[in-house]
Amino acid sequence: MPMPASEIERLIKASIPDAEVSIRDLAGDGDHYAARVVSRSFAGLSRIKQHQAVYTALGGRVGGELHALQLETAVPNTETTSE
Amino acid sequence: MNDAQSRIGDIVKSNDIVLFMKGTALFPQCGFSSRAIAILDRLGATYETVDVLQDADIRNGIKEYSDWPTIPQLYVKGEFVGGSDIMMEMYESGELQQLVGADA
Repeated sequence: MPMPASEIERLIKASIPDAEVSIRDLAGDGDHYAARVVSRSFAGLSRIKQHQAVYTALGGRVGGELHALQLETAVPNTETTSE
Repeated sequence: MNDAQSRIGDIVKSNDIVLFMKGTALFPQCGFSSRAIAILDRLGATYETVDVLQDADIRNGIKEYSDWPTIPQLYVKGEFVGGSDIMMEMYESGELQQLVGADA
């Protein structure tokens, strides 16, 4: 079921208020997205925890309603993260 | 711990590198699984795969096991590493090579 990029961004920001979210619709079908999420709240978290924070924000849609979401997370002004 | 969780635990603990995926290494059934295989092959890693499409209990159970909603999922030495996006990031940074002990 297609889901607009604006809705993905809204859900992420509702849960991670300082997030900078950029989303690309990879296939132009509203169903395959790549998202980059940058937030200070990711500092000190492993990549897994950062991604889980975004999945939590999306409330169980990833893997279901939202089949294909390539995800990249980062802390502002740093090289992604350290484990 | 239910049956699926203990089966997954056994698989993860008894294989140094194991990828839970859709399809097989030769015939991945999803772009993300295909990408994960391509990364492991590029590393020259020796790995096992589990086709979740062949087993609904594993397919659902693996998401609970790692608290991770998507497949593929890579485990190295008993630890959940991540999905294909994290694999790609770690491959590009050289961390994955170190983790799997490959010299590629």
